[in-house]
Amino acid sequence: MYKTFAYTQGLTPKPTHYCPGCTHGTIHRMVGEVIEELGVRERTVGIAPVGCSVLAYEYFNCDMFEASHGRAPAIATGAKRSRPNLIVFTYQGDGDLASIGMGEIIHAANRGEKITVVFVNNAIYGMTGGQMAPTTMPNQRTTTCPAGRDVAEVGYPVRMAEQIADLRTPAFVARVSSHNPKEIIRAKAVLKKAFQYQIENTCFSFVEVLSTCPTNWGLSPLEASNWLEREMIPYYPLGIKKTPEAESGQQEHNSEGV
Amino acid sequence: MARVLMKGNEAIGEAAIRAGCLHFFGYPITPQSEVPEYLAKRLPELGGQYVQAESEVAASNMIYGSAGVGIRVLTTSSSPGISLMAEGISYIAACELPVVIVNIMRSGPGLGGILPAQSDYLQATKGMAHGDFHLIVLAPSSVQEAVDMVILAFELAEKYRNPTMVIGDGMIGQMMEPVEFPDQEIGPPLDPGDWALTGCKGREKRIVNSLYLDPEECNQQNIRLEKKWEKITKAEQRWEEYKCDKPYDLLICAFGMVSRICKTAIDSLSEEGYRIGLFRPMTVNPFPYDACAKLVKKSKRVLDVEMNMGQMIQDVRLAAEGSKPIEFFGKAGGVVPSPDEVIDEIRKVMKKAGIKKPKKKTSPKKKIGTAAKKKTSKKTAKKSAAKSSGSPKRSKIRRKR
Repeated sequence: MYKTFAYTQGLTPKPTHYCPGCTHGTIHRMVGEVIEELGVRERTVGIAPVGCSVLAYEYFNCDMFEASHGRAPAIATGAKRSRPNLIVFTYQGDGDLASIGMGEIIHAANRGEKITVVFVNNAIYGMTGGQMAPTTMPNQRTTTCPAGRDVAEVGYPVRMAEQIADLRTPAFVARVSSHNPKEIIRAKAVLKKAFQYQIENTCFSFVEVLSTCPTNWGLSPLEASNWLEREMIPYYPLGIKKTPEAESGQQEHNSEGV
Repeated sequence: MARVLMKGNEAIGEAAIRAGCLHFFGYPITPQSEVPEYLAKRLPELGGQYVQAESEVAASNMIYGSAGVGIRVLTTSSSPGISLMAEGISYIAACELPVVIVNIMRSGPGLGGILPAQSDYLQATKGMAHGDFHLIVLAPSSVQEAVDMVILAFELAEKYRNPTMVIGDGMIGQMMEPVEFPDQEIGPPLDPGDWALTGCKGREKRIVNSLYLDPEECNQQNIRLEKKWEKITKAEQRWEEYKCDKPYDLLICAFGMVSRICKTAIDSLSEEGYRIGLFRPMTVNPFPYDACAKLVKKSKRVLDVEMNMGQMIQDVRLAAEGSKPIEFFGKAGGVVPSPDEVIDEIRKVMKKAGIKKPKKKTSPKKKIGTAAKKKTSKKTAKKSAAKSSGSPKRSKIRRKR
């Protein structure tokens, strides 16, 4: 008998509270594995957001902050600037990062803070009960846009990875997805790269992870995965958006992953 | 160390360095911008960090992050900026992190104006942000005291792991006065203790968190914070009594810079033979209620003087418990009352209360300028704790034991 699959040291054994079919658990696992594999767990400080992943501080097996809504990049700035040897990452949802925390994320990226941001985009406010997010798709129905998102009324969904990649400051910026095993394997490789850039003290790193919300989308987990692939990926193209080696804007959007 | 002539805001920055604070996160706002300017130059020289945040909201969360990893940290701002910092301050209080915040107050409400005021007294002492928590709040009345209080603020913040605020009205930040700093160039670093997030090598993971979904757990958290506050209230009250060692008829209550204007007025009226004392809280939170009550009891009437529409007067009334009428004189909007205006107000109050000067002492009325000058020339070089009060004569700095 031998073990073929075990808990990652990067996560605590505590069962998560996430809904069936939600990919937060998968993304936690990927981040946890990356932290373990890179051997930095004992010098990592994570910052949990407000939203569905508010309890992430209980799941990541490293020192953790709980942030106020949207401010994780500011807290990360304070932590990293104060103890530069720490590996500091934020884990944020789309309401947290792309709405209330827009100022903090853009400026942390623009200052080139040597932190890693894991941005989970599921196109909706999950914890508060399925309200419209800045990332909600055109015509997508939510509890606060029951007739579907009217882009003439509230504008188009914000593409955060592209926004960050557009800044002149060198950074590693990518968008990946968590809706099927192939993309999950790619996503983990990209996350690992993001943390490596921080470990080497190179630049700010930002990984947007497309994620499903079967509960608030009103779909089964399988339908949700299909919906993400069909509706979200064409609007939110996957790939490396920017690397510190390339000048801003010179790198074409690349759907090949790493 | 020799005394140097320094602008208040710059002296505050230097005081933080002497206290061992090499990390600053803030945002420019008049009339405190010389603090970040001073530190932007000094901190990188000393191997520290100066970060100009994108907003005061972000700055308050940066100091949360910095203190959370066990680093001594400062932010400074002025009234509208402090309102934006309220969010971070509530989280910092909840997570029991030691930070020091300086508010160089300007007038309000709204954008108000950029001139000195004391209009954030209630915000600092009563209603800083959501939830049950208390800031330790110190109110200096001179540049020297601002220096001493910034250093004390770090001590208290770390002793109790509680955010501590120094509130100075705009004058404290903008004027130049001679100051003396402690000899130490840079204080020793903060001990990260058993709470800071320094990486979990060789120990269990730690969490800096203010979320308690279980109501009873949250209740216990509130009880814990309140018990800590009781301890602070018992041990950390500080105040000044001026000319209260001999019988007085009128008691003036004032904090910060205004207390010095009141002292000039009191000195002038004392020359005429009037008997007036001054009570000045130095910790406005915890407010020295018992000390204030004792002094109120010995007076016939109380006059509260502030640079606002009457904020500390609420605490003076609480201390007096209805035993005396509390009169108020205040100027807001950045208007600083002159000693003459305070004298006029005192005369009005004394007339209303039927207070007359004792018969035997009838020295001729003197103008303030000359009276004050005469006093200065008479000053003995007695180096007391009152050196910073501007007028050390018959002044006692007290601390509740």
